[in-house]
Amino acid sequence: MSETVGTAGSVPETRDTMLGLREMELNFGPQHPSTHGVLRIVLKVDGERIVSARPDVGYLHRGTEKLFETETYPMVIPHTDRLDYVAAATNNHAYCLTVEKLLGLEIPKRAQYIRIVLDEMQRISSHLLWLATAAIDLGAITPFFYTFREREVILDLFEDYCGARLTLNCMRVGGLQEDLTPGWLEKLRAFTEDLGSKIDEYEDLLTENRIWKMRTVGVGILTTERCIAWGVTGPPLRAAGLAWDVRRALPYECYPELDFEIPTGKNADTYDRYLVRIAELRQSRRILLQCCDWLAANPTGEIRGKVPRVIKPPAGDAYASVESPKGELGFYLVSNGGNKPYRLRVRPPSFINLQALPEMARGHMVSDLVAIIGTIDIVLGEVDR
Amino acid sequence: MDISASVLTYFLIPAVKAVVVVILVATAAGVLTYIERRTLAFLQVRKGPNRVGPEGILQFVADVVKLLTKEDVVPAKAQHFIHFLAPVLVMVPGLAVFAVLPWGPEFTMRIPGLGKITTAWYAADLNVSLLLVLAITSVGIYGIILGGWASNSKYALLGGLRSAAQLISYEVPMGFAVVSAILMARSLSLVEIVEAQRTHQMWFILPGLVSFFLYFVSGVAETNRIPFDLPEAESELVAGFHTEYSGFRWAIFFLTEYANMITISAIATALFFGGWLRPFPSVHALAFLDVVPPVLWYVLKVSCFLFVYIWFRGTFPRYRFDQLMALGWKTLIPISLTNLVLVALAALGGFRGLRILGIVLWGAAIGAFLIVTRLRAAKPPAAKTAPASVRARAAEA
Repeated sequence: MSETVGTAGSVPETRDTMLGLREMELNFGPQHPSTHGVLRIVLKVDGERIVSARPDVGYLHRGTEKLFETETYPMVIPHTDRLDYVAAATNNHAYCLTVEKLLGLEIPKRAQYIRIVLDEMQRISSHLLWLATAAIDLGAITPFFYTFREREVILDLFEDYCGARLTLNCMRVGGLQEDLTPGWLEKLRAFTEDLGSKIDEYEDLLTENRIWKMRTVGVGILTTERCIAWGVTGPPLRAAGLAWDVRRALPYECYPELDFEIPTGKNADTYDRYLVRIAELRQSRRILLQCCDWLAANPTGEIRGKVPRVIKPPAGDAYASVESPKGELGFYLVSNGGNKPYRLRVRPPSFINLQALPEMARGHMVSDLVAIIGTIDIVLGEVDR
Repeated sequence: MDISASVLTYFLIPAVKAVVVVILVATAAGVLTYIERRTLAFLQVRKGPNRVGPEGILQFVADVVKLLTKEDVVPAKAQHFIHFLAPVLVMVPGLAVFAVLPWGPEFTMRIPGLGKITTAWYAADLNVSLLLVLAITSVGIYGIILGGWASNSKYALLGGLRSAAQLISYEVPMGFAVVSAILMARSLSLVEIVEAQRTHQMWFILPGLVSFFLYFVSGVAETNRIPFDLPEAESELVAGFHTEYSGFRWAIFFLTEYANMITISAIATALFFGGWLRPFPSVHALAFLDVVPPVLWYVLKVSCFLFVYIWFRGTFPRYRFDQLMALGWKTLIPISLTNLVLVALAALGGFRGLRILGIVLWGAAIGAFLIVTRLRAAKPPAAKTAPASVRARAAEA
């Protein structure tokens, strides 16, 4: 990553070096309360002002992409759980979509809807986690407990459905392993209907809070042009005003049948990214309610397409992506016709969004860096793979 | 007066009081940590410490024991002596201030064998006790700066620098707020300031609305509490100036922070909320309130402020360093200077002048509050800053 970040030296010296006053190098992480994992950022600070910030990644590198090549196609799925480990369902989904694309499989409608339900639940839980940590980074400790109260319900629902709370392993090539358990849909509906008032609660604490706005408005601006230049996707791109959402732009499953909006901001700052994510919570809730209606109206049906016993996609390559909570999550699969991927490359939104950090942080204070790391919403499992 | 009586008055009783004050303060700071954790837990829909002792009340004792027996780690290249000195420099002023806090009026008690003794609910009543408080509390800053510097850690250094700038900046509006109380009472003695509120027949919060606001905001900043807890901003500087402290030295920093919270609240009570006086000290119809001993009134008022401290912590995010400085220098200091002039002019008019100032200030405050709420209700929230598309979506969802 270092070659993409040539900021050191590009900023003119700000102080008289004859006085012996120079920038201090500050090692931010890999063990630090606000780096959300083992991210290390080498900071050059002039007082508290950031002259340059160089992210140093790789502390969580596990060679996952190489590991993919040693596993058969179904066995890859649990490994994808561990990329963005707070949004396992969307990881499973993106991988399954890619293999299905190469196989030319058709997915039963019911399976598509259940997948969307899992995706949107995952988006809500991931955004709640983001809100909790981003608020705590700026010193507001209480939203953490409120959002985790709701996140807990989602994790319980996941547990009811597939037995796991984080590493779900809930999707299969061609559809799903299990249908919904009895009574699950009602529990989901009760939670979803309740969620709206809970989101209002978070907004009461933060949206119009003067200090929250002082800390976020105008901080870490990344314009549409710069977003596109860096390949930044997800809420940061939408907060810059571009309504790019994979669910609408490159539709998959039955998203075209569902009615939802793509929230956008215009100031491209941390506050707009906060507003966009809050609005996305409400949109996900809307999608979930529609899915609940459809699933209740169609209580039975196939949940897995016609999948061969041994999955051997024809030689060739395919790329498919989903809108993960962090941005566009894509898998690029190269097959040589065998039962294992020849090469499986992940397009991780966290990693690509993180590249914009030096640009967003330059000239800000150390305190803002914390807000900026929080607003990018990275998961190191996905950054390092 | 024979020798034994003077020994009693000038040595024995003060010594006993000093010991009692130190013990009480240390315990109170410990209990306060427990109360804070339970209150925060209540605000945050969780339980908080509830295992050690009934309802977890002994948790702070367990914590102290744990910290006392913990290894005391000193960084290899730290300045050992200064690293050792810093907690002491923080703690001693923090405790010394308690000598002049007026928890109650004078009283007479009968000790068997010694006869009647008149003493008071404070260790000392100096005629310049407010000056003493301001002087002593500012010494505590040195402990924080030196502790941050001596740790040989960049995070601790940044924390120390932040606290130096912050504490110095907020001393100024705090000092002006205190001066306005002095003008109202025409005395520097805390005891006399409380008594003046009886003779003026009103708490000084009436004419001192702005002064109190300034004092309390600066007080929160002086004690490094959220939203002004930048010197130890956990998410930015790990633990700020005490990053490299462990064991009981860390506990000293920690307990002193809570002792300082008590000090700030106690002084705010004495200056603006009538100290140990009951509400409306001149209204005879409320005389039944006198069943509550003066000390309890004082403790009750202090507890309210402490609750506000904890409430702040549960509610507010943290300011940024430059915003904190801007708030101090560009907002609080001009307001405090204007306020000082107003109070001084009102104090020229004596009792009536102060009362008029109080009515004007409170009228303005209530009026402004009503107008703002009216305006807020007129337009939907978030309409001003939320980007257009976000606003539309959020409204329909």
